[in-house]
Amino acid sequence: MKRIISLTTVAILACGGDGDRAQRALIQNKGSDTLLNVAQAWAETYGAVNPNVAVAVTGGGSGTGISAMINGTVDIANSSRAMRDSEIEAARANGIEPIEFVVGHDALAIFMHEDNPMSGITMDQLRGIFGEGGGLERWSDLGASVPGCPSDEIIRVSRQNNSGTYIYFREAVLGAGNDFKLGSYDMHGSKDVVDLVENTPCAIGYSGLAYATEHIHMPCVAADDVSACVGPAVQTAIEGSYPISRPLLMYTAGQPIGAIRDYMDWILSDAGQCVIQQRGYAPVREVTCT
Amino acid sequence: MSHPRDRTGVMDRRDLAWYADRCAQVLIFAGGISAIVFIIGIFVFVTREGLGFVFGPLDLGQFFSSIEWRPTSDNPGYGALALMVGTLSVTGLAMLFSVPLSLGAALYIGEFAKGKTREALKILVEMLAAIPSVVWGFVGMSIMNPLIIQVFDVPVGLSALNAGIILGLMAAPIMTTIAEDALKAVPDSYREAAEALGATRWEVILKVVIPASKNGLVAAVLLGVGRGFGETMAVLMATGHSINIPTSPFDGVRALTATIASELGDTATGSPHYGSLFTLGIFLFVVTFLINLTADLVVKGIRKK
Amino acid sequence: MFAATSLNRRSYRNQAVAKAVFGLMTVALVIPVLVILGALIVRGGPAISWEFLFTPPVNGMTEGGILPALIGTIWLVVVALIASVPIGIAAALYLSEYAPDNFLTRTINLAIINLAGVPSIVHALFGVGAFVLFFRFGTSILAASLTLAVMTLPVVIVATRESLQAVPQAFREACWNMGATRWQTIRKVVLPNSVSGILTGVILEVSRAAGETAPIMFTGAAAYLMFLPQSVFDQTMAMSLHLYVIATQQPSVPEEIPYGVALVLISIVLLMNAISIAFRVYLRGLKKW
Repeated sequence: MKRIISLTTVAILACGGDGDRAQRALIQNKGSDTLLNVAQAWAETYGAVNPNVAVAVTGGGSGTGISAMINGTVDIANSSRAMRDSEIEAARANGIEPIEFVVGHDALAIFMHEDNPMSGITMDQLRGIFGEGGGLERWSDLGASVPGCPSDEIIRVSRQNNSGTYIYFREAVLGAGNDFKLGSYDMHGSKDVVDLVENTPCAIGYSGLAYATEHIHMPCVAADDVSACVGPAVQTAIEGSYPISRPLLMYTAGQPIGAIRDYMDWILSDAGQCVIQQRGYAPVREVTCT
Repeated sequence: MSHPRDRTGVMDRRDLAWYADRCAQVLIFAGGISAIVFIIGIFVFVTREGLGFVFGPLDLGQFFSSIEWRPTSDNPGYGALALMVGTLSVTGLAMLFSVPLSLGAALYIGEFAKGKTREALKILVEMLAAIPSVVWGFVGMSIMNPLIIQVFDVPVGLSALNAGIILGLMAAPIMTTIAEDALKAVPDSYREAAEALGATRWEVILKVVIPASKNGLVAAVLLGVGRGFGETMAVLMATGHSINIPTSPFDGVRALTATIASELGDTATGSPHYGSLFTLGIFLFVVTFLINLTADLVVKGIRKK
Repeated sequence: MFAATSLNRRSYRNQAVAKAVFGLMTVALVIPVLVILGALIVRGGPAISWEFLFTPPVNGMTEGGILPALIGTIWLVVVALIASVPIGIAAALYLSEYAPDNFLTRTINLAIINLAGVPSIVHALFGVGAFVLFFRFGTSILAASLTLAVMTLPVVIVATRESLQAVPQAFREACWNMGATRWQTIRKVVLPNSVSGILTGVILEVSRAAGETAPIMFTGAAAYLMFLPQSVFDQTMAMSLHLYVIATQQPSVPEEIPYGVALVLISIVLLMNAISIAFRVYLRGLKKW
């Protein structure tokens, strides 16, 4: 029955592919939207390096990739957070041993409107703005007067509650066990966050550094009152001096073999790491790219 | 006297036709009840995924009375009140301008417009219905958003108002079409009788046509409400998706449908969060079912008369 | 002969005012269509080229075209049609040719209205629960298309039923008098006389299915795929989801690209609608009875 359905459809569409495509190795790669951008670039570039391998990249979020890994329906899962113990247990119960690879780092930048005069912000202030129970509601509470924002109200721009970026921000900035204040604009993608902040003088948001545009102002972030204020940059993320930087992860089902091993090796090679650097993320080590 | 072989031939053919007829009847009957099967199927499968949550972590009181929608928190909360209010406020705003416009348009197309104009207007309304909801959402994000910021001088243009305007335009065609059908169903003899008494067209409409088609018009509005209630992509993209009990039309809100669309993709199958999204689905299904059922009963009322 | 009384004059003025007001209301509804179309053409037009239509997106979807999304949408729609058209026609045949006026028939009609009224995201949940998980099709074209098929079924049923009912009863009776069975009558007389009406409904369904986003986003459509689907068990890109993704998730996409995608999507949908409308008008002129 399956066959009949496929045959009929192929016959009707007649826009299938060349015969040799069936012989290609297909790697299923799925997960984090943060990594989607760079995963696509890897897949695209690798297509030229090794034409016999096709990498199918789908997003959907870290959770999606990890569930697919647990269910055994994906070869490589992308995640912007580490797998939880319960998730690793669940995978083992299905006979899958997830192997973790750190493939890069992402500095989570704080986004403000380009007219916003604040040059730096502390973690405490971020907690006061975004955290449940935090008392910072107005820009004047931060000692700032933002041109174009007569209401003085801080408009919080966040992400949907199961995106890896949201969860990482909650853990790293708000602290374990704490929650976001409700009433933020919860965007569905980092691009949405950037677009909204770009056009809204009162707004503050957060997202991966790679999503920043030239019209976004990114203040430096200080871990506490005594620490230096560090700007988000590839360099500070590699060094680990930027306080909100996270590892970008890929999981394979068991030690990778064959085409998957070759692909992972290539991603961690200088060529692969240059791709991630060009996309605005920090590579795992310093690489020189042409 | 006919040849025996001929006769068996005829017999065979009749048998074949009879079997074919029977076969067709069974298949057609199966097709006939398919809509019922699918509606039950939708209910069963959506409930099946949500049931574990409904009888597990769900606190019904919290679901209907709390705005704390925090399904991924360490302290999860499943209060859907803000989402319900969000859906209601957007649908309400939409209906506020869409109901009068749609009924007015139905009256104009049905009672005043003639010939080519009438056909052209009907086609335009149909085109309005054809615009995909993701395109509407995109329009809300990229055209309406800056427009609202400029016109009303508010900081953010993604709001209940933005989604309400878009939803109103999306729900208008179904209301216009159904309302026009209801007007058409009023027998011409009514109109002629009134006109013979010297009434103008407007008086006929006001005193005769509208009262006679009242039920159909109510049904049209109900179906429009149902449409607004269930719209997903446009409200996902245009409301600002902010958990909020709105105090003004310029506040960001979040709709039930949009919450499912935004969160389902990232959620592990079988988790409480996953179950909670299906529970929102059950709620949406039941509410839209009731709206459609009421619309149907209202229309039935007209037929009985 | 009769002098216009003031009462009379007033009611005519009321009439004129009413007509003007309702006319303006109608215009207020149709103007947005034209404005939206205009805006999409102005802002998306520059993006459209043969290359845009027939090359895949490259460089993180910030350049290149929409080919895989276009082909994906064709797959989704065709498979949905294969599933829903036979069922829809059967349902319409039952309602128009067999169904007695009883409780079952009323229930069927109510179910059709509800099937059309259930929110698209609930259809998506159904697709996930039934096709992706229960029937184990996974996230695939098959699961997405079947979800679309269930959702758009009412379009086919309603259009087909209308065109079946337009076939005069006398045609059927003539056939029955010749000793033909019900099925023979349907096959030889009823269907041939309503095939064009059915086609109108099918085209309308294409337009509907091509534009839907919510039902496919969790059942089989993917944000980005390097390859074209090879079978119904593959995932695919799709126009509607592509618009959503590049409008909300993909960074540094030049502004004209989402507008271009929206323009292509709306063109497909409106073209299908226009064909369906033209077909209907043409048929009306053709009817001999």
